[in-house]
Amino acid sequence: MMEGRTAETCFEARALDCSRGGRPVLSRLDFKVAPGQALVITGSNGAGKTTLLRLAAALGRPTAGHLSWDGADIARDREGHRQRVHLIGHQLGLNPVLSVAENVTFWARYLGGAGTPGTVERACAALGVDHLMDMPVRYLSAGQQRRAALTRLATTPRPLWLLDEPTVGLDGQGRAQLAGLVDRHLAAGGMALVASHEPLGFAATTLDLAPYAAFAAEAA
Amino acid sequence: MRDFLLVTGREIGLAWRQGAATSLTVTFFVIAVTLFPLGIGPEREVLARIAPGVLWVAVLLATLLSLERLFQADVETGALEQMTLGPLPLTRVVLAKCVAHWVTVAWPLILAAPVLAVLMGLTGPAIAVLVAALAIGTPALSLIGAVGAALTVTVRRGGVLLPVLVLPLCVPTLIFGAGAVEALLTAGPVAPNLYLLGAVSVVALVLAPPAAAAALWLALE
Repeated sequence: MMEGRTAETCFEARALDCSRGGRPVLSRLDFKVAPGQALVITGSNGAGKTTLLRLAAALGRPTAGHLSWDGADIARDREGHRQRVHLIGHQLGLNPVLSVAENVTFWARYLGGAGTPGTVERACAALGVDHLMDMPVRYLSAGQQRRAALTRLATTPRPLWLLDEPTVGLDGQGRAQLAGLVDRHLAAGGMALVASHEPLGFAATTLDLAPYAAFAAEAA
Repeated sequence: MRDFLLVTGREIGLAWRQGAATSLTVTFFVIAVTLFPLGIGPEREVLARIAPGVLWVAVLLATLLSLERLFQADVETGALEQMTLGPLPLTRVVLAKCVAHWVTVAWPLILAAPVLAVLMGLTGPAIAVLVAALAIGTPALSLIGAVGAALTVTVRRGGVLLPVLVLPLCVPTLIFGAGAVEALLTAGPVAPNLYLLGAVSVVALVLAPPAAAAALWLALE
């Protein structure tokens, strides 16, 4: 599942500076995630959680510093790095006209992972949307849409999960299902960066962004 | 290639499912062309004289109608962002969408064109040249249009800005496309016009996808 990984595999940030809309947000941020480890990113609204996750998906560039995978700067192979990650953000990537099954199948085929039959069905069952497979996404509630988007985590194996407020709209059962997915991912040697304000139900190290706020660095 | 066809297939499936884009485009084309006999009068010589230009301008405007939504839905839902996490470079995603746009928008127009050409007083050989010219020239419209659609994807009411950006770039296609039919009617050489039309499409095929992809990255990053 995690092919080509060595013992020292890790995802690491060194002295990372980033800005949003030209305004500095984070300054000199360091962190390291090892296989089997989850990092929960906390911080007030506007602290830069989403910005950081997008940087980690190589969908944006840091103003200074590096993000590295296995010691290699991800800026050297941004396209290659993007294929290592899952990014579940506020925009879920679901087409409202297509049914749940069509959306999930498309992403499973496109992102990779639809190789074995039943993958899509199992993923939908794992997130409790198997009874909605034929339903166009526009008729789903926010929580059901969130579940449908989270199926990508189950269909396509990728070593680094970047989850931005993944529990928004989820009920208790949905959270438990998500926590179960993350647990299995970590047990298989995966890594996760999760931005969240809520208790997530899996073991994780916390990374508070407050000490790295760019204005704090300017004041110091 | 498999991923490319997957994206093209998704787009064609969506267009088929929604239907409105294609049928509205064809309806607009039919109405726009029909206005000319109504406005100018039914004299066949006059209509046949202006037919190549009228038909090409109508195709161009009908194509424009469908361009605004080319990337908008996928940017709004985050689908385009997810596509960048997949195996296909954004340039190829753009190309895949252009192919789907050409199939779902240009093909119906090309099919409707002969009927409207008869209405405009064109005859057999001229209609054949018109259809050939449309088949060769319309890929350029989808491709150039994609650049405009990508540049205006985050602009509210981009539908007004889009024609301003795209129409001037479509002038060569219009000139050579109408020129091919015109040449047949005036017993001039048809082939050079078709070659030039093809050349414009090839240049657009090379330049437009990277340009549109660069514009989309601005919206994504």
